[in-house]
Amino acid sequence: MDRLPRWADVILVPLISLFLAAFISALVLLAIGQSPVEAFNVMVEGALGSAYGWGYTLYYTTSFIFTGLAVTVAFHAGLFNIGGEGQAQLGALGVALVCLSLDWPHWTLALAAAAVGGAVFGAAWAAIPAYLQAKRGSHIVITTIMFNYIAAALLVYLLVDVLRPAGQMDPASARFPAGAALPTFSEIPGIRQFYAVFGPDGLQRVNSKGELMFTGVPANVTLFLALGMAVVVWAILWRTRLGYQIRAFGKSEAAARYAGISPVYIIMVAMLLSGALAGMMSVNNVMGEAGRLLQNSSEGAGFIGIAVALMGRNHPVGVVLAALLFGFLYQGGAELGLILQIPPEMRIVVQGLVILFTGALDMMVRMLLTRIFGLFRSRQLGAA
Amino acid sequence: MAANGTLAIELKGISKAFGPVQANKDINIAVPRGTIHGIIGENGAGKSTLMSILYGFYKADAGQIFVGGQPTVIPDSQSAIRAGIGMVFQHFKLVQNFTVLENVVLGAEDGALLNTSLAKARKVLEGLSRDYELDVDPDALIEDLSVGHQQRVEILKALYRQADILILDEPTGVLTPAEADHLFRILKGLKDQGKTIILITHKLREIMEATDNVSVMRRGTMVATVKTAETSPEQLAELMVGRKVLLEVEKKPATPGNVVLTVDDLRVRDEHKVERLKGVSFEIRAGEILGIAGVAGNGQSELLAALGGMMRATGKITLNGADLPLSGKGSDGQSRRRAGVAHVPEDRHHYGLILDFTAWENVAFGYFNDAKYQKNAMFMDNDALRRDTQHKMEKFDVRPPDPWLAAKSFSGGNQQKIVVAREIEQNPELLLIGQPTRGVDIGAIEFIHKQIVALRDQGKAILLVSVELDEIMSLSDRIAVMFDGRLMGFRDPEKTDERELGMMMAGMTGADPGKGEAA
Amino acid sequence: MDYNTVLQILDTTLRLATPLLFACLAGLFSERSGIFDIGLEGKMLAAAMASASVAFLTGSVWVGLLAGIGASLLFAAIHGIASITFRGNQLISGVALNFLASGLTVLIAQAMFGQGGRTPPLEGAARFYPVTLPFADTLREVPILGPFYYEVISGHSLLVYAAFALVPISWWVLNRTRFGLRLRAVGENPAAVDTAGVSVVGLRFAAVAITGVLCGLAGAYMATALQAGFGREMTAGRGYIALAALIFAKWRPVAALWACLLFGFFQALELNPNALEAISGVKLPGPLLSSLPYILTVVVLAGFIGKAIPPRAGGEPYVKER
Repeated sequence: MDRLPRWADVILVPLISLFLAAFISALVLLAIGQSPVEAFNVMVEGALGSAYGWGYTLYYTTSFIFTGLAVTVAFHAGLFNIGGEGQAQLGALGVALVCLSLDWPHWTLALAAAAVGGAVFGAAWAAIPAYLQAKRGSHIVITTIMFNYIAAALLVYLLVDVLRPAGQMDPASARFPAGAALPTFSEIPGIRQFYAVFGPDGLQRVNSKGELMFTGVPANVTLFLALGMAVVVWAILWRTRLGYQIRAFGKSEAAARYAGISPVYIIMVAMLLSGALAGMMSVNNVMGEAGRLLQNSSEGAGFIGIAVALMGRNHPVGVVLAALLFGFLYQGGAELGLILQIPPEMRIVVQGLVILFTGALDMMVRMLLTRIFGLFRSRQLGAA
Repeated sequence: MAANGTLAIELKGISKAFGPVQANKDINIAVPRGTIHGIIGENGAGKSTLMSILYGFYKADAGQIFVGGQPTVIPDSQSAIRAGIGMVFQHFKLVQNFTVLENVVLGAEDGALLNTSLAKARKVLEGLSRDYELDVDPDALIEDLSVGHQQRVEILKALYRQADILILDEPTGVLTPAEADHLFRILKGLKDQGKTIILITHKLREIMEATDNVSVMRRGTMVATVKTAETSPEQLAELMVGRKVLLEVEKKPATPGNVVLTVDDLRVRDEHKVERLKGVSFEIRAGEILGIAGVAGNGQSELLAALGGMMRATGKITLNGADLPLSGKGSDGQSRRRAGVAHVPEDRHHYGLILDFTAWENVAFGYFNDAKYQKNAMFMDNDALRRDTQHKMEKFDVRPPDPWLAAKSFSGGNQQKIVVAREIEQNPELLLIGQPTRGVDIGAIEFIHKQIVALRDQGKAILLVSVELDEIMSLSDRIAVMFDGRLMGFRDPEKTDERELGMMMAGMTGADPGKGEAA
Repeated sequence: MDYNTVLQILDTTLRLATPLLFACLAGLFSERSGIFDIGLEGKMLAAAMASASVAFLTGSVWVGLLAGIGASLLFAAIHGIASITFRGNQLISGVALNFLASGLTVLIAQAMFGQGGRTPPLEGAARFYPVTLPFADTLREVPILGPFYYEVISGHSLLVYAAFALVPISWWVLNRTRFGLRLRAVGENPAAVDTAGVSVVGLRFAAVAITGVLCGLAGAYMATALQAGFGREMTAGRGYIALAALIFAKWRPVAALWACLLFGFFQALELNPNALEAISGVKLPGPLLSSLPYILTVVVLAGFIGKAIPPRAGGEPYVKER
């Protein structure tokens, strides 16, 4: 079989997969009696058409960057970490424990400590499946799935029986102290101008305390932490000995043995990094948005990481772009529900389709493209 | 040529290419009924491809197959079975957790229910094992059987399907000598019953002992077909290896210095616990090339793997007087490299290179911990690595000299130059180099040979493993011949010839074992 | 705790074990043929939605059952095409199909019935009802065994009995038929099947189709027998518990029965916390029970209770080679 040109492999294959996913999604919309064009317009308008929309889109993007990076790091070591969801939930626990541990004097300190807490808890949750894979050959896909469920059960138990303050009905932790609240986009100088609330007189409105008013959005400073992590992951994978070994091991275990790379070490380190990234995600939703630990805090973002990593071709730049795409999809999907009464589950359909085409049917897409390129080439030859 | 009626198999003009590689070129072969026909040739000569075409695994690009004189099309294994052809693959195609009976019946059942099939097969097997010394417990699980017995199951499978023509691909590669002898008795018995046997091997001894006729393949072509009784191992060895363009390597006489490497009673077992290296001892001095000659699969790969830290071993090795661990901590490839052992592996695609990595990434493969590639405690200095790669590519004339190109995009010769450059330029105390010129074009061969000699002249010790006798003869300062996991003896290349080495490679002893110590 | 409570828990155990058993046997056929399927959950969900919708619309539970099987087969076919024809990653394909099912079921149910992604409650001939086994009423008075027969064995829907009947049938098909022999062989060493002149692709598609049918039964049971209608995410991870049971059972049908009964028992206990407290004497947190199947599976996978060796060729697309 002819090889595809590199640019086609890097850009065209994911784009065509995305197109196929979008096409099937449009068919689904038609089947449930909706207009795909109208739906798309609503999504664009709702997710990207206003600063308010961006405030949500980027909030989702932040979470997806973390989980996408988590899946990416494991993928490079040849491991499919499907446990991002559970690792994120444990990370949420770590974030909550840090936030609740003391009355934080400033959010920067709280952020640093919570990020570490989330990372450590997430990594710890990934450590057991990693160890079982490295030492006992237990299939990491199955064990990480199991750990997702165990994590969910553990959190239910902790929230109902341990962390819930006396007298509170809903299973959630206490509210975090004010010092642990992260600045959202409506609070960050420079960005918050976009969220100014204006009165009919054209002047920015002022609340009862005499402060300027801004529309609240969940996007917060964690986005910059996420972008920073994308850079860190890129640097680790392509600029350090560790990343070099991870990538070599992922490409060929036999060659790695020749080069003296230890499989146990690489599996452990790659999974710990992966779990840490998934755990760190919870800074965004638990600390940045909810302000307390709730059940199912990660809301499936761990799984979306799979789609994001596949779509982003396991490169941090691709992951950031794919995370933005899925952020758009999630915010746009929510708008679909509000305006067109299309259930938000539409997002999960698209997510499934993207995973299917980029992850499981990529050979089909590639064969298709190779055939088209072959046709093109032979025609060129014929003309010459 | 014999009349068609007496031919079991006739192949006419068979050609098969895999991409740019011509695996079979216009092959003609005629196998008379009721004979054992040997096909001999080196690794990669195209023997297995030819037989896979005959068994319907590959489709030939051109040519015709006649079975029993009838032109026959064999698009799949089912057709081959129907045509009366059975095949015993080098890697057995058995279901490990099935019983012997279940494996025999699989695909040849009589009806939808198993009971009748199994009962019938049990009867047939009883008869077969009586007739041909093929006794195996029909209810034993395959995974509990020795390889020798597993092979008998493969033969039984073919016979159960009423094969008249039995192809065996390298059948003795995994057998002990006693098991091999038993196998040949079975094959003789089958021949006496009128079956036709095609025996693919690279072992001269087997050809001489077991076959009636022998065809020699070399680089995808059929070189000759002769009666076994009218030939000799020496002639076959010569036909197999061929007279290549005479590769004269300019080389001053060696001036060996101190002993660099001593190997004492080195033993290696593979994952099936079969002993592959059965107590090997030798020394290499500074400024000396020790060439290990031998037919592939006699333990050379395991020798390189054990010395290079890829496989556990027992025994004792020392480098410049210091012990190198053979298992556990300090026995890995990284520790070996730190100790000054460089290794050009036999299989560059599988071990020596990460094909998806760029050239510059491959230049750091195994040496990613080297100080010269580090910017600081945290980061690698990729710029320095790329400069170094550029330098090495120019010095070793790698074409194109583009560090950013993926390893898979280079030709075989240029890929090998990248590996050789990486290992030699490390300035090692000891260089392990396996099949340095396999799949490499003539120009690159000459270049690589010169580099090896230059390293020797810098006073380094070199262990060269090659199945190319020419290469061994022209490069080595001393030659050891390996057979069946042991060294048969040492020779001075000036005082030996291909005939003597060929005899030793075939495991024929009686020759003076020579000295294991460096001269 | 009285005898009646015990009987009640056992009765619930059987009912809850049934979907697990269908799905577990479904996974068994696929995985024994060498195709990993973590998409059991999605197929069950699709079948649950399709069977409930069609049963509601036609008023016939049997037509609904067929529709459920059809929907599950469709998902199985996609999995087959991705993992057999295009040699894609079987795990990723399974994950993708689970998401697809999770989203599509709600979308379609909402579009059809507009009740928040649920189907309307099923009544009359649109659902399965318990059947009373012969002599259940007469034997009820017999001490100990009578109530056991009446409460636990009798009084389930047909599908429950079908699920339990499938255990010996699956065993027989796998171990006593030509198809079973070939199926097991293709999951262990497809090259052996290929060189014997049997189609690897054909066998694997057949196995995946069986998986589709059985997952269809599992999903239809959930929506038309265990409950009266479809609700979003109603399978609630049962596909994964079935997968856990399959590993726990080391890919064997009879062991699968015990594993599913055990996991069903955990679920029944979770529904009956008082009984649990009475048995154990301590108050076990419910979440611990619900995660026991997963914990046990990890323990099995780690090789602490015998070694769980999956079919050797599992997860690997077959590529012909010498």
